Amino acid sequence: MLQVPMEYYLILSAFMFTVGVAGVLIRRNAIVVFMSIELMLNSANLTFITFSSYLGNSIGQIFVFFVMTVAAAEAAVGLAIIIAIFRNKLSVNIDEINIFKW
Amino acid sequence: MIIDYIPIILVIIVAAAFAGIVVLSSVIFGPKRPNKIKVMPYESGKDPIGTTHERISIKYYLVAILFIIFDIEVIYVYPWAVQFKSLFNDFGIFAFLPMFIFLIVLELGFLYILMKGGLKWD
Amino acid sequence: MPANNYEYFLLLPHIVLSVGIVLSILIEIFTRKGKEVLPWFSSLLFLFVGFYSIINIDKNFFIFGGMVEVGGRASIFNFIFNIAALLTVLASTDYIKKYGINYSEYYILIQSSVLGMMVMAMAHDILVIFMGLELMSICFYILAGLNRKRSSNNEASLKYFLLGSFATGFIVYGIALVYGTTGSTSIQNIFENFMQYFNNILFIVGMLLLLIGFSFKIAAVPFHMWVPDVYQGSATSVTGLMSTAGKAAAFSVLLILLGTSLSYSSPIVFRNYFSVIAVLSTLVGSIIAIAQTNLKRMLAYSSIAHAGYMAIGLAAGNNYSFAGITFYLAAYVFMNIGAFTIISLIEGKDETRLTLNSYAGLNKKSPFLAAMMSLFMFALAGIPPMAGFFGKYYVFFGAIKSDLTWLAIVGVLSSLISVYFYLRVVVYVYFMNENEQFEIEKSVGSNLAISLTGLLVLLFGIFPDSLMNLIVNFIK
Repeated sequence: MLQVPMEYYLILSAFMFTVGVAGVLIRRNAIVVFMSIELMLNSANLTFITFSSYLGNSIGQIFVFFVMTVAAAEAAVGLAIIIAIFRNKLSVNIDEINIFKW
Repeated sequence: MIIDYIPIILVIIVAAAFAGIVVLSSVIFGPKRPNKIKVMPYESGKDPIGTTHERISIKYYLVAILFIIFDIEVIYVYPWAVQFKSLFNDFGIFAFLPMFIFLIVLELGFLYILMKGGLKWD
Repeated sequence: MPANNYEYFLLLPHIVLSVGIVLSILIEIFTRKGKEVLPWFSSLLFLFVGFYSIINIDKNFFIFGGMVEVGGRASIFNFIFNIAALLTVLASTDYIKKYGINYSEYYILIQSSVLGMMVMAMAHDILVIFMGLELMSICFYILAGLNRKRSSNNEASLKYFLLGSFATGFIVYGIALVYGTTGSTSIQNIFENFMQYFNNILFIVGMLLLLIGFSFKIAAVPFHMWVPDVYQGSATSVTGLMSTAGKAAAFSVLLILLGTSLSYSSPIVFRNYFSVIAVLSTLVGSIIAIAQTNLKRMLAYSSIAHAGYMAIGLAAGNNYSFAGITFYLAAYVFMNIGAFTIISLIEGKDETRLTLNSYAGLNKKSPFLAAMMSLFMFALAGIPPMAGFFGKYYVFFGAIKSDLTWLAIVGVLSSLISVYFYLRVVVYVYFMNENEQFEIEKSVGSNLAISLTGLLVLLFGIFPDSLMNLIVNFIK
């Protein structure tokens, strides 16, 4: 049985996290930004699972359950907010949502 | 270590090469005589109506949002169900109590949606 | 179920509030009279929970295997949150009709967010902190955008949501790394062997990500971009709650983290981080606030500056400064809610009267509101007989105790700057001729809330020692 070293998972999750952060900072579509945030949460989940498996304690896996439910709740609220915006402005481009400046 | 992966890598290379050759050869060797009817989008032989970017009703999003929440909450039932035997041995009928409370609160949310007309479809 | 019944009894405030939320939802869906019943119901709920907590402050225990602390520090924070929510509910029953968010969900969401704050304040395990934080934040995202038809509300809600969950992403990843290096999520375990982990780069990165996430939530400067827009765009009563109780909840978590590290006498390693944040927040907040004419936006920048003053106490990192922060938070909650309530009375139906000009000659329209507005502005500026002064005094004194005199001097300087824009409001209220004619709305609830907050601000200012002694005894 081939054992994959822990570092591989950690590097993958760090990479996912970076992609998520970059997505939030670069992309202009609110839904894509939101998906990037979900990617950040899921990279954290991968880290939890990795550590949980290699440390041999289950706290990490329990934490993943909670992170997932929180992510679902956030997804519901976030999609609702984005729909409300779309109904008013017919756009979900972040650059056009700019009543308030400075 | 890495030697174990060589068959997989080989399969990927062969598959990619085959797909690439087939697609490229048809582009390079195939005759190209486009006319208006040929490049028109195909819609069961009829002339297409409207654009391909059809708006989807907002109701789909509402149902999707509600689905996400209730779908994910099942995650808490799963570990409880896996451990149920030992829980039942330790606490008897009280093993049901936490899950009972949890489900009541969850169903309360469902009741709220139902009474507020969140699932009415028209 | 495995814990003994006594442990559940100690959690009575949280259980009562949870049952109250469930009952509120039932009232709303079955009687359809939520709009009339829920203001009273939630006021009673907050009153009971707040006073029950503060009466049982002596019962200070760690329960559920050290995951949760009841009594003591948690009680003080419970009291602050519940009274803040009570005042908000009192002040907003008339306001939300005017603003067009007269839904019973408004009250249910406030109750849930208060439950989240209470969970945060009692947590001694990162898992519990995370759950409380998210319960509070998600309620606030919705509250910020409760009026779907207003684009300002939409925008505030989207910005708050995107940046708030961005911060959550940092917090969760930070927790994951901290958990990976320590193998535990208990704050006590993490700080017990702090020095041993401290050479581990993953642990440091995790801790920093966690602190950055919470810096977002307390609205400290490099991470403050969302604050002015969200505070300006949301309904004024909602802004009042989330700029006070929400900030207090985030600070309660930082106090737990740093307080635990103090009790294991590990050196204050994050002193530099908090010093930088404190200096930036106080200066940037005070200076940009001068340029604002919109009062809600001005108070948003002032709230950034106040986060900076409290961060001075975090950088100082001794028991005295932590107690000072708690006192400061209590004072800040009351004076800010009072100020926002006055704004909500003046602003008119479509938020047309939010600028300083609308406050010109307020004294002639309503001497009571004018006096109260000046009281809150003096308190926010930190002028001696008010509560705000002693908050700053305790925090700065704590900084001097830790040999951070330069930080205290920066704090004093920026409060001197801030006096300018706070007193400008008072000048407008008393010494300018009124240039707009309008009727100030009559609202018993709002006036009651303003009187209560004014009274509390004065009481805290005149007898600061009694409250401070109580806090010092219970912050360990």
